[in-house]
Amino acid sequence: MRIVLGKGLLAANAEKARENRLLFTQRGIAVINLISSPGAGKTSLLEATLAHLAGRVKTGVIEGDLYTALDARRLEDRAADVVQINTEGVCHLTAAMVERAFTAMEAAGLELLFIENVGNLVCPAEFDLGEDFKVVLLSVAEGADKPAKYKQSFAAAQAVVITKADLAPYTDFDLPGVRRDIGQINPNLPVMVTSVRSGEGMEDWYAFVERAVAAKKSVT
Amino acid sequence: MEKGAVLEVHELSLIAELMDILGTSAGENGIVRIRKVRLVVGESHQALPEALETAFTVLGAGSPAEGAVLEIAPVATVFRCRECGHEYGGDGWLAPCPACGSFQRALIRGNELYVDYYEGETEEDLACG
Repeated sequence: MRIVLGKGLLAANAEKARENRLLFTQRGIAVINLISSPGAGKTSLLEATLAHLAGRVKTGVIEGDLYTALDARRLEDRAADVVQINTEGVCHLTAAMVERAFTAMEAAGLELLFIENVGNLVCPAEFDLGEDFKVVLLSVAEGADKPAKYKQSFAAAQAVVITKADLAPYTDFDLPGVRRDIGQINPNLPVMVTSVRSGEGMEDWYAFVERAVAAKKSVT
Repeated sequence: MEKGAVLEVHELSLIAELMDILGTSAGENGIVRIRKVRLVVGESHQALPEALETAFTVLGAGSPAEGAVLEIAPVATVFRCRECGHEYGGDGWLAPCPACGSFQRALIRGNELYVDYYEGETEEDLACG
């Protein structure tokens, strides 16, 4: 017996992501999904951002990690609430995991939700979580060929944050080349060059985040 | 193209979604034994056929899909230029439109990722066979 399906492998996740997006929009919460390879500085960027927004924007964090809660512990005193998801080996977050984590969150009055995805530049691009913005981080220590190698992540992103710019003088990182490659994959994608340590470019990133929060509020 | 452990995990995660779909549909249709699955995979997902097959074998074990044949139908990427409308293929993500040189493009084919059909047998089929 042949059964014709035509069903997308990502359809179940996409459906759950739609539900998440509707819920976040109803509550006026801006949602930013941070994607990068391991060690690009997602947690450090979040630490600085939460400190910057403290007392002004009520922010929650969903932390994705394979097995540990190390990152969540770094952030728990800085955010309104932090919920850890351990994926137990799954290399990306799914919309269903985010839904469960959000249900467990102290979400009253929340204005902004960061989702720190599992460190991986491949699978997270495929799994919509219901976020408003996928932001890809790329550290100058990783090499300038990442956009060309992981085109899908850059094609799916709404912004790129180049991190650890203070280390650039010690690397062969080719910033103009990276900007060119990103521009070719995804023209009009904003690229912010930042360093949490030196503070370089952080105002651009904070402005991006605050625009996202303001835009989401104006929808509701 | 780097095709290391990470990409194998990528294929594993896609096949895990496939197994969920097959499990649900087989249950609904009383299929107890799946013989063949045809999967349409657009090139833009950068999924390696061999890695998909390995994942299918590993995750299918102990399920109705154990021992089934996975047929993979690849779909090449095709872009349409947003400036001049020209359609072009190949690894276009880093290449401009060959007709007008613009990088403004839409992916119009190659993003497919779905189960076309599967073939299997019910308890009754097995008893008669």
